[in-house]
Order: sequence, then structure tokens, then C-alpha cells
Amino acid sequence: MIDELNTIETSAVAAIEGATSLAALAEVKTEVFGKSAPLAKAQRSLGTLPPEDRKSAGRAVNESRGRIERALDAHRSSLAEAERATQLVAERLDLTEVPEGATVGHAHIVTQAWQALEDVFVGMGFRVAEGPEVETDWHNFDALNIPPGHPARDGFDTIYVDHGRPGTTLLRTHTSPVQIRTMLDQEPPIYIVAPGRVFRRDTADATHMPVFHQLEGLVVDRDISLADLAGTIEAFTEAYFGPGFTSRLRPNYFPFTEPSAEFDIQRPDGSWLELGGCGMVHPNVLNAGGIDPERWTGFAFGFGIDRLAAMKYGVDDLRELFTGDVRFLNQF
Amino acid sequence: MKVLLSWMREFAPVDGDPSALADTMTDLGMVVERVETIGANWDGIVVGRVVDLRPHPKADRIQLVDVDRGDGEPLQVCCGAFNMTVGDLVPLATIGTTMPGGLEIARRKLRGEWSNGMICSASELELGEDADGIMVLAPDLDVGSSLADALGAEQDTLFDLDIEGNRPDALSVAGVTRDLSARLGVPFELPSPSLSELDPAASTGASVTIAAPDLCSRFGIRVLHNVSVGQSPAWMANRLTAAGMRPINSIVDISNYVMLELGQPNHTYDLATVSNGHLGVRMARAGETLVTLDDVHRTLTADDGVIVDAGDTPIGLAGVMGGASTEIGEGTTSVLLEAAVWDRMTIAKTSRRLGLRSEASTRFERGVDPMGIERALDRFAELAVEICGAKVATGSVIEHGNLAPPVTVLVRTDRVNRLLNTGLTTDEVAALLDPIGFEASPTDGGLMVTVPTWRPDSSIEEDVIEEVGRHHGYEKSGKRVPTPEQFGRLTPHQLGRRRIRQALLADGFSEAMPMPFLAPGDLAMAGLETSAITLSNPLVAEESVLRTSLLPGLLKAIGRNQAHRIDGVRLYELGRVYLPSADELPDEHEYLAAVASGFGTGTDEESEAAAHAAVRSLHRMTADLGLSGVTIANAEVPGLHPTRAGEVRFRGRSIGSVGEVDPGVLERYQLSGRVAWLQLEVLPLVDALASVPKYRPISLYPSSDIDLAFATADDVAATDVASTIRKAGDGVIRTVQLFDVFRGEQVGEGRRSLAYQIRLQASDRTLTDEEVAEVRQRCIDEVERRHGAELR
Repeated sequence: MIDELNTIETSAVAAIEGATSLAALAEVKTEVFGKSAPLAKAQRSLGTLPPEDRKSAGRAVNESRGRIERALDAHRSSLAEAERATQLVAERLDLTEVPEGATVGHAHIVTQAWQALEDVFVGMGFRVAEGPEVETDWHNFDALNIPPGHPARDGFDTIYVDHGRPGTTLLRTHTSPVQIRTMLDQEPPIYIVAPGRVFRRDTADATHMPVFHQLEGLVVDRDISLADLAGTIEAFTEAYFGPGFTSRLRPNYFPFTEPSAEFDIQRPDGSWLELGGCGMVHPNVLNAGGIDPERWTGFAFGFGIDRLAAMKYGVDDLRELFTGDVRFLNQF
Repeated sequence: MKVLLSWMREFAPVDGDPSALADTMTDLGMVVERVETIGANWDGIVVGRVVDLRPHPKADRIQLVDVDRGDGEPLQVCCGAFNMTVGDLVPLATIGTTMPGGLEIARRKLRGEWSNGMICSASELELGEDADGIMVLAPDLDVGSSLADALGAEQDTLFDLDIEGNRPDALSVAGVTRDLSARLGVPFELPSPSLSELDPAASTGASVTIAAPDLCSRFGIRVLHNVSVGQSPAWMANRLTAAGMRPINSIVDISNYVMLELGQPNHTYDLATVSNGHLGVRMARAGETLVTLDDVHRTLTADDGVIVDAGDTPIGLAGVMGGASTEIGEGTTSVLLEAAVWDRMTIAKTSRRLGLRSEASTRFERGVDPMGIERALDRFAELAVEICGAKVATGSVIEHGNLAPPVTVLVRTDRVNRLLNTGLTTDEVAALLDPIGFEASPTDGGLMVTVPTWRPDSSIEEDVIEEVGRHHGYEKSGKRVPTPEQFGRLTPHQLGRRRIRQALLADGFSEAMPMPFLAPGDLAMAGLETSAITLSNPLVAEESVLRTSLLPGLLKAIGRNQAHRIDGVRLYELGRVYLPSADELPDEHEYLAAVASGFGTGTDEESEAAAHAAVRSLHRMTADLGLSGVTIANAEVPGLHPTRAGEVRFRGRSIGSVGEVDPGVLERYQLSGRVAWLQLEVLPLVDALASVPKYRPISLYPSSDIDLAFATADDVAATDVASTIRKAGDGVIRTVQLFDVFRGEQVGEGRRSLAYQIRLQASDRTLTDEEVAEVRQRCIDEVERRHGAELR
């Protein structure tokens, strides 16, 4: 019996180890453990043995079956591993084959700067106001203390359009008309910024464009002073440019503010950048906006967005911003 | 405005480090753009005399000059300038000199000829910007002496100031000094010219009448006899050169010198050429003519001011340029000197119309002190005596036009402090104003301030407060951040615009920002309605129309990229178009538009991709924005391919267009391939974003799918079939997905097969097989009935 079992076991293990695939192994398993397999026959023959031998013979059969099963499991694992290894090799991919550069769009640098500026001022409690790009000469000039014939009108290089009475409708030369529209629309206190497109009759070159973008700020409240203007410019400077940037005001001239100032930004390296104009809102402008200059005072400021955007990335020719060339647009 | 420190010191003891002085002037609003030290380093540069000139044997552009430096042994120098003659005195940099700019002068050979030094231009000496020729010196200098000694040019500092339009007073050395000395707290004084006058009185030989009192507020003259016109002394020539003016002759130089010093432009006539010595002031008559000093024959208009002679003939263009007929010449002995103040607007208009901007017209436009003319006349006379040996006729003749009375303003101390955030007393305010000529006398609550006549810009309380702030120092106002009661936020529209931009970026569109100007043919070329607003004064014709569509700008952008062999470009723009309107202002509409290029050119499947890509982008966008109910209706749209275009409909109206740009348009814009196009109004999109989607419970019951394929005519819209299916589903159809489109013989000419996968699911029960079969049959019946389709 024992000899017989040894033969059965040896040939079963040989058959298992001879299987070269998981499919073949499954067939061998059926052969080895099937009802008509020698092992099953040996199991069945236990009943024919004398009772005193049955126990040891039974143990021998079970042990033999256990060894065959372990051999089967071991060979299955090694076959599975080999097959997985073969499959993985066959599935090899070179991940560097994927071309670089995904098709995502790129926001225009003017829009990026515009939105960043809006966010800074919203954080300081300002709302964002808008107005028409085609304006009346009253909103663009008269209401801003630049009456007809005022020499400052020449300085703006205004583009007029054929609409209404000749010479009365123009492409706004600055975002300041939004000040007037806001004051006429809304009671003080007023805290707004007005970003937008503006126009000048200028030949395009590296530093001038006939179409560009400005951001205007207007505050009208009780007891607003030059200190509030300087503080607002300073807070904006640090919030937008970062820590270590400071600002200063120095006297300047604009028809729509009195006193007027130019504001400069000082970089951490000590160098200065002339950024824009500002001042206390001229009483004539408050009056044009329907606001009593004795009860309310205010300040206004304005600067160019495009130049800020260009400076940030070292773009030295503003014309590049407006060609639609993707070799430019997709850099940012 | 260029101002020399030594000149300023004639009016006030302004001392100290030049860069600190520059900072102070900048802080006063007279921005110093450059500080230059001049006359600093002229060691080795001497006065030389040109002894001989001859051509260089081997070079056309340089000549050989023999220069005597006082020792009688002329040196040969190669020189690239030709503006001197034998006998001229010139600055000679000798061997071993280091020039102010750093160049070292050595003996060297130029094309075979020795050069033993360098003859210098004004710019090489950093005496001015004139680099055109060498600097010919005054003939009375000692040959061989050092240039610095000869010119009396001690080290000096030149400030280059940027003066704003409201500060005509600072367009003079005296004015700048007045402002600076006030801040420095040093005394400022304009010396009174000292004159000895001779009879007869000026008024016996000269007279003035003002027939246009609005044109001329004050007109003054003086008469100078025995004038000899020659070269100016070195000190004056140097100052003029430093200030950026070229010395001409003594009389012209004195005129310019007085203008720079006091800010009062003035004009000289050869008295002998002015009949009866009479000058009249009137407006020109349209069509009158005048030959101006520059020998240009000018035709005048009724808006120009003129100076006329006794015969009423124009002899000068008021405030802009004198006439040629009365010009000072070598033979002039008697000079009629004019100092007048003109209407700012008239001068501005005339100088602009004629394109004549001069130092004088710039000052008149901004406003010259009407009470300064006597001093200017006297100062001129004083210098003419000194330099030209003039005999000054007694007195001046002053006539008045309409002279505005002095401006007085009430300045409330409380208002000053509230606007500037300062704590100044009334006395302190007065003390800040006094040194700059604003006379203040105390009154209830503040000061009555008389504005000086040289500050025409200052007329209201705030103007004077600016002066207080300027001289007190803006930085003394401090910095304080105001705290609004409102909270800051963007409007729903502004937020919506950002979401739309984000959706387009996510779909691979980069943002372009074309100019909103079009050329006259652009709209017609794009197949669009051509009525548009035109610019009244365009700079160039190619930019003379305001866009009514974003299409032309984006097509040009694609063209720009294709010109650089870049295709497969995806661009979007979010911006305004401007439509003609009967209202006060044109209609401005905000649109977004997206274009994509790089699609095939044939009639094969590839060429269809452009229109379909546009639709896919629309779908992506509406999905990104969470909008439902945006549909497409196949339609003809101007500018788009007639059979590959549709209207985008939302909430019962058209809000834009989608499809492929008309190949004819592409041809006219010289674009290759096909171009996908999507344009939507921004407003309805952002309005819809404000609405919050309502939660719908998710069904817990199993779903079943059925597939149906129909043969339909080509012109039946696939979305119409889907919508018929959805309606027939009686509320149990969850999704209808078009998964296959097939054309071929089996379907027949002009027809195609549309295959849909339909998912059914009820929210309250499991659908039975019978129910599914019923819905399926209803879908088939409805599609066949409504669309002339047949089940395949």
C-alpha cells in the first residue's frame, strides 16, 4: 500500500511539475484528483484493509494527498508568476513616448493682471464698476473738469466716432468716466475700482498702443484725506507686488484732482517705478457727479494694466500683446 | 526745463548736495529727470586757434587741421567736422587728456596722417547736446589758456526738470528757484535791473495800440539805440548751451536768456523797419498772409492773433513767431523790444494749426505772468547795455487789454487739515504760502489768499491747499487705510465672466485680444452686415471702423499664426462689439467667440470635423457651466458655411452661432483649411449661472437599455429625433445617446442611419418587460411618424 502510494504520489507530482501552463495544470489537477484517479482508488481501497491497518493507511493517503496539493499550489504560483512576468514584459510602454505639451488654453497676461488687481481691491473692500467704451465728451471731459477748449483735451489724443452730433462721441481716453457714472448712480460712500479698455490716437510702438487697459479707483466718503489716498496706494502696492514694496506720492497735475500726485512704487532693491496718477477728487468733479464737496471728499487713482503685465514677464514690446500669435500667448 | 545751479544762485543761496536739491525739487512736483555735473573735467583742454585747414589725402570725411595752442608751433589734428574756418578759436584736447566721457586722447595715425589731439564738440565737453560740429569759441579768448579759465566755467550742476502743465511759473530759472528756496527756507530775491536811460523817451519814437483786448492783456515795449549785434560772451553762450539753446547772436541770445531766466518770452524788431515805430495788436483777417522768421509764407485765419505795423500790415504772428520783414540783421542799430502776454487758447490753436511749437508758444499756452513784463524789458535792456553797448531810451510803453483782476480765495484752515490730514495752524498755513507769493491775510476761520499773477492755474480753495500740501510735504500727511462699511465682491456678471473664461481655457482655447478696429472691407469680406460705426479721425484707414463682430479679428489672428506655419490654433476672445444705435451712445454687446484652425481641406470626413469640433466645444462649455437647455438649430448664419452652421438657442431665443466659417470667407482672408467657429452672447450665459440647480433624487431601481436605429433624410436633425424619443418615453427615459451615424448604399441616397442607445428607468418601480417593450414601440412609432424615418 505504502509503495503503491509512493508510486502514485511520485507520478502525480511529476505530472504537476510537468505542466507548463496554468491551463495544463488545471487538466493535471482533474487527472490527479479525479474520481477515477489512482489516489481516489487508493482512498476507496482503504475499506478493504484490515481495521488495524486502516488508520495508518488512511493517514498515509491523506499525507500523500496533502503533499500533492502543496506541490500543485506551489507549481500554480510559480506558473502564475511566470505568466504574469511574461505578460508584463509584453505590455511594456515607454511613458516618454507621450508628446509634451497639453492642449490647455492660456489666459492673456492682461486678463491675468486685471483679475489679480480686481482681487486685491475686492480684498480691500472695493467693488468693481464698469462703463461704456464709447463715451460722450461730457463724461470723458467736461464732467472731469476739462471743459471744451481746455488745453488738457489736446493731450489725450482723442479718437472721435461718427455718432450723434459731430465731435460729441468718442472712444474713452481713460477709465475716469466710470467715476462720473458711478457717482451719478450711487450715493456715497463709494469704494470702486474700474478696470477697462481705453483708447488714444497713438501710433503703435513698443511702449504705446492705440488701445490699452487701465484701472481706475474712486473713493468718496466722509473726511477722506490725502492720507487715505497714500495708505490705499501703499496697501495695494504691498498686496499686489509683495512684501518689501513701498510707495510714495509726489505733486503732479491732473485737471480732475486737486491736490494731484504721481505715485511711484519702490522695489525692494530700492529702484523706483512710476506707476500712475492720483489725487483728491476736484470739487468740480464731485459736483458733476451730483455730490456735495462740502459734505463728502474723495480720492481717485489710475494706472495702466498692460504695462504692469508686460513688466512682470519682461515683455519689452507692447505690440506683442495684441497680435494673437500663439507663440506669445502660450508662454504664460 | 534745464536749470543751472549757478544761475539759480543768483536769486537765492540754494546750497547743498546737488542730488539732495534734486530730491527736494522732485518732491515739490518739479521732477528732476537728470542731474549732470558740467565743466568738471577739462584738464588738458585748451583754447586753440585754427591756423590751416586742408583735405586729408586719403579720406573724404575727415580733414587735417593745424591748431595753434599759443606756442606758435601748430599741431596737426585729424577732425571729422567741417564747421570752422581759419582763425576760429576751438577747444583742443591735448595728448594725455581724459575727456569728460572717459575717452583718453593719445597721439595716433588716421589713414596715414598723425592726429595730435582732438577738437571738441559741445557734447564731448558735456556742455550741451550739440554734437553736430565742433564748438567754435568766442574770438576774444586767450589762445593757449585752459578752456575752463577762458570760459569762466567753474564746476556747475545742471538739473533737467519735467514741469507739469499747471506750473508755467516753473518754466524759468527764477520760478524754479522761488519754489525751491521756499521749501529750503532761504531768502529769494529777484534783483532789480539797473539802467541808465537816455533821452528822448521811448514813447516819442514808438507806440502800441491794442485793438483785440481779449487777445492781449498787456503789451510793453522799450527802445534800444546804438546796438551792435555780435557774438555773446562765453558765460551767456555757455548757459544757453547748457539749457539746450544754441547761441545765435547777442540780441537773440539775450532774448532767450531773459525768457529762460524770467519766463517771459519777448521779441525784437529792427526799429528802422517798423514804420513810425508803431505796433498794433488785432485778430488776423482770414486769408491774410505773413512771411515768418523761418521764411515760410503763412496764410492766416480769423483765429490767429497778429502784430501789425502803422499801415495795418501784419509783421508778426502773436506769441508764436515774428515776421521776416522786421528781423534783426547785421545792420541793425535800433531795436524795438516787445514783451507781451497773449490769450492762452489763441496761442494754443495757432501753434497747433501751424505745427509751430516753440519755447515761447509753450509758455504763452500755459500762461505767462502779465505783471512780469516790465522786469523782462528792463532785464533785457540791462544786458543789452552790457553786451551790445546799447543806449536805452527812457521809459517803457505799456498798454493794457483785458487784464483779469487778481484772484482771491478763502482758505479755511479746517478744510486744509481735513484734506491733508494735518494739524496746521492758520499761521503755519500762511507761512507756507508766503514764500511762494501767495499773500494771505487772516480772516474768520482761515485766510484770504491773493493768488500771485504768475500762477494762472490757481483759482479755488483746493488749488491753494495743494500749494500748502506741496510745501509742507505730501509725506507729512501720513498713510491711513480707509475702512469701507461695505464688503468687497465681484458682481454675478463679473464672476460669470470669469467662469466662462475658465471653461474656454479648459477646452484648450488661448485668449487673444485683437484690436477692436477694422479696415473698411473687413466686414464685407467676412460675409457680415456692413453697417458699422466709423472713426471720425482714424490714424490709418486700416483701423477706421469699430467692429460689429469678433469674427474678423480672430480670423486675422489665425492668419498671423498660419503665416508662421502654425496651425491647429485654438483662440478665444471675450469682448465688446459696437453697434449703431439711435440712442445717445452706440450699443455695446459683450460676446465670447472661439475659433479653431487646422482642420482638413477636402470633402472627406476630416473636413467635417471643424463644424463638429465647434459643436463639441459648445457642449463642453455648457457642461462646464452647468447650463441645460442650450440647443442648436441648423440654420444659415452670415459668415458661416451655409450647410454647416446653426443658431445656438437658449431660453426661447437665439444667443449665438456655431459651425464652420464659410470657405469663401476663409479664401478672402487667405486662410487655409477649415475653421471652427463659436460665438455666444455673454449676458444670457451669466444670467443663467446665477440660478442654482435643484437636487433631483437618484432612482434606486434597475435600468434597462434599448438600441434603436432609424434611417432618416439627411436634413432631419439628429437632436430632433432624440427629442422625439425623449418625449415618447413618458418620463421613464433617462438618457438618449446617439452612438452611430452611418451613410451608405443600404440606407439610400440623401439618407443616413442614426443609432441611439436609450436608457429607461423609473424613479418609483422596476420597469417590467412589457413596459419596456411598450415604450420602445412608442418611440419607433413617433420617430417614424414625425420624421419620415424607418426603423432599421
